[in-house]
Amino acid sequence: MIRAALRLRIFLRHLLTRPRLDLPLLIALLLLAGLGLFFLSSAADLAWRTIGAQAARFVLGFMLLYVVSRIPPAQFRHWSPALYVLSVVLLVLVLVLGQGRGADRWLNLGIVRFQPSELLKLTTPMMAAWYLAQRPLPPSWRDLGVVVVLIALPAGLIALQPDLGTALLVAAAGAFVLFLSGLSLRRIGLILGVVLLMLPVAWHFMHDYQRERVLTLFDPESDPLGTGWHVIQSEIAVGSGGVFGKGFMRGTQAQLQFLPEHTTDFIYAVVGEEFGLIGALLLLALYLFIVGRSLWIAVNARDTYARLLSGALAMSFFFYVMVNGGMITGLLPVVGVPLPLVSYGGTSAVSLLAGFGMLMSIHAHRKLMQ
Amino acid sequence: MKRKPRPALRNSGEEQRQFTRRAWFSMALILLALAGLGVRFFWLQVVRHDEFVTRANDNSIHVRFLSPPRGMIFDRNGVVLAENVPAFRLEVVPDQVHDLPAMLKSLATVVPLSSDDLRRFEQALKERHGFQGVPLRDRLSQDEIARFAINRWRFPGVEIKPYLRRYYPEGALATSVVGYVGSIDQREAEKLQGTPWAGMNQTGKSGIEREYEKLLRGVPGYELVEVNADQRPVRVLERVPPRPGENLYLTLDMRMQKAAYAGLRGRAGAAVAVDPRNGQVLALASSPSYDPNLFVGGISEANYKALLDDPHHPLLNRVTEGTYLPGSTVKPFEAVAGLELGLRTPQYTVDSVGEWYIPGLPPGTRGYRDDVPGGFGVVDLTQAIEMSVNTYFYKLAYDMGIDRLSAFMAKFGFGEPTGIDLPHEASGVLPSRAWKAKTLHRPWYLGDTVISGIGQGYWQVTPLQLANAVSTLADFGQPQRLHLLLATQDGSNAPIKPVVVPPPGPPVIARRADWQAVMQGMVKVVEGARGTARGLDVGFPYRIAGKTGTAEIFSRTSHAWHTNRTNHELALRHRALFIGFTPASDPRVAGVAILERAPWGGRDAAPIVRDMFDAWAHVRHLPDTLLPGDILPPWAPMSLPPGTASAAPVPPAVDLPRASSVLDRTGATVGGAP
Repeated sequence: MIRAALRLRIFLRHLLTRPRLDLPLLIALLLLAGLGLFFLSSAADLAWRTIGAQAARFVLGFMLLYVVSRIPPAQFRHWSPALYVLSVVLLVLVLVLGQGRGADRWLNLGIVRFQPSELLKLTTPMMAAWYLAQRPLPPSWRDLGVVVVLIALPAGLIALQPDLGTALLVAAAGAFVLFLSGLSLRRIGLILGVVLLMLPVAWHFMHDYQRERVLTLFDPESDPLGTGWHVIQSEIAVGSGGVFGKGFMRGTQAQLQFLPEHTTDFIYAVVGEEFGLIGALLLLALYLFIVGRSLWIAVNARDTYARLLSGALAMSFFFYVMVNGGMITGLLPVVGVPLPLVSYGGTSAVSLLAGFGMLMSIHAHRKLMQ
Repeated sequence: MKRKPRPALRNSGEEQRQFTRRAWFSMALILLALAGLGVRFFWLQVVRHDEFVTRANDNSIHVRFLSPPRGMIFDRNGVVLAENVPAFRLEVVPDQVHDLPAMLKSLATVVPLSSDDLRRFEQALKERHGFQGVPLRDRLSQDEIARFAINRWRFPGVEIKPYLRRYYPEGALATSVVGYVGSIDQREAEKLQGTPWAGMNQTGKSGIEREYEKLLRGVPGYELVEVNADQRPVRVLERVPPRPGENLYLTLDMRMQKAAYAGLRGRAGAAVAVDPRNGQVLALASSPSYDPNLFVGGISEANYKALLDDPHHPLLNRVTEGTYLPGSTVKPFEAVAGLELGLRTPQYTVDSVGEWYIPGLPPGTRGYRDDVPGGFGVVDLTQAIEMSVNTYFYKLAYDMGIDRLSAFMAKFGFGEPTGIDLPHEASGVLPSRAWKAKTLHRPWYLGDTVISGIGQGYWQVTPLQLANAVSTLADFGQPQRLHLLLATQDGSNAPIKPVVVPPPGPPVIARRADWQAVMQGMVKVVEGARGTARGLDVGFPYRIAGKTGTAEIFSRTSHAWHTNRTNHELALRHRALFIGFTPASDPRVAGVAILERAPWGGRDAAPIVRDMFDAWAHVRHLPDTLLPGDILPPWAPMSLPPGTASAAPVPPAVDLPRASSVLDRTGATVGGAP
């Protein structure tokens, strides 16, 4: 009993004197998760099962964050290729025997069903960072080619599911590693040019619903009851919120079911409707802080691998926010990208928090010369 | 993994700086992007806020129209002429139906849908406003409701809705007065745009229903309903209840109305009864009639075609729109004119020899004939009216001249609509120089004047104009505005407000003696040995004054006297008319009957007037308890304001007891005369 108390004291002092966790980032994440639950409880019309399930995921996610933060970055680096291969194999498995609603994304592991594609959001930048960290930077054309293949393989497999949104996010996570590795802007421009030229080819391989979504971006009112419905209703929700919003559970667009997917992909529109410009910008500010703090951690990371990985994770996080925010305000096409830590949904929240666990670990093992 | 030595050296310091530069660059990009997103929020939430608030409300708040119950219509005794009965109908919300034609096809297997239903539905679909359901099928039977209820899940967007259906319990008996309501058409709907009535789906199409549409329709209410994305109502935000229309009590007495129809026996014609003391119309029948219930909610094509193709034109309201040659029925009015203008005295005589010639014209010109070859001999005013002696009135008209004749007849209301509270009233034709010049662009001839004296020539009168003239005559020359609206009531428990209709002008007859003389002549028509309607009053408690009319539809084409005088043949050439009032010396009711195809006014039209008078007299002597619902109105003792004397048959008004018939009648037994 006394020994247990003693160990607890040592542990607490250890936490305070040699913290593995970056407190500002942790507080911001907890605040975000709390706000997320608050917004969700309004959007889900106080359905306690939904809110409880989300809260449970956050608990699981933060536990995972703590566990991951105890693992030194060298270990991630060591395991990067294996994790990458494993997650790609899982993706193939999903394609072969997966099950899901319409799109085959889910893998049933008996107790939990999860989307392996979520794993790739972490393992793809890990693999890219692992590869580039051993090479002189900026990368040569050959290294660049290898990394592009490493990114394109999982992204392509996910696009086949078909889940264009996640494929885009995975590809973006990998691309951010390349960008941070110091790839010259000329080469970036060249690659973007090639991608642009490839777009018609991609269009050819796209599913009809994906094409429609892209088309409705340009003219949502052209099909007000079909694909454009999402965008129109979302803009109405946000716009009618005004500066101060309609109040908790008072948003007619969300509460009367005009806004589709209002607990998941379109929850930001609920925030805009019920809490107005103030709520939307507050959330945006919180995201900005988290992204900025993560980048700061990346800059102070000890080695190239840690720098590239943490930087890519930070920018991926920003990318999620931007794609989701752009979607609900009608700036970007409708792609199924959840709003990080606010949208209802399992694997996304857990994998995000695991990623922040890595950031915490990298922060704990930052450069000592400062 | 094996590492190949590379020529380029790793420069970790340089890599670090490179990364830091990229990180700052990224941060700048991120700031820019998030700022862009923030601006977008500002653009939507501040700049375009109002627009989106409107669209959010349009999304979620629907205005639901609440139809006001239409006012009921009663006769003067409280007999229901128009009411609202609860019924059920199928309504379709088109937005909720994916494949309308397919849905209609499969729905037709559950609830029969006629081609008329579908035609009306298509029409309504085009004209619908707002989020109203579109009626598909009215008047569902209990069986149909049950069958639809079982299959309801198959038809999203189709619902059974209760509504109030207009119903006319008296059917065809009151159509000529009450009219009917029908579905609102495009033109009417446009007129209501922007008013509170924009959502109404029925409106008065004819008769009282149309004339008093504004009183009957009430004021619609509305509900602001919050709906969800499936258009299902979530809650009512605001409710303004509809205000029911006013109930109308008509001057009509359904017992007299029934008597009129019974007397007409479905023949083409019209009958009107009026209380001369106040202009209240007691009966107004156009025959043949039709069931107004056919029109409620839209008439089927087959029924409408049948009505249109009917050779007797039932859709024509003969009382107000039918114009006829008045024939001899104008003679009493001309007699009044002759006396009042000082051209005749009651004692003045004329020798009727069978034909009369305009003085001063060369021999061989056209002669004007009496009804019988050889004429009636020497007749005074009373006899002239009794036997309807044409020669007397040829000469009278000739002496009076068309201008005076026409001016005096105008005082009786001929040539002008009576102004009754019914839509579409014909003016008829009062012959005059001005009329002929304007219409036919021809000068007036003396011959025109002569035949105008016996109600032939250019004359055209509506049965209602004739009733108006008789009423004026019966009330000692005092014209009254004929009207149908007796009283209004704002809600079933509200007090009844009588409608006051002032007389339109001063008396037409200055001297009571003149009136007396003409009345005597009209009594002789019924009672005299050679009266054209002799025997009409057999068994009737009061003395009747009347005048027959038998108008020739075709002008004669030869000098030969007509020899084929069978009734069948005459019926094709004659209109039969009768005007009358009773009790003769103190008139309480005046009547008119016209048959389009009948041989003689006295033989064929007069009994119809008698039937109406019977109903009137009968009622007065029946105990009020005999027909409790009919006689004692729900609003029983109604005190009319001074000046508007209570109408004849309204109890308790036995102010002219049977004893008075002794005073009124001369005691002479008539009837049986050849």
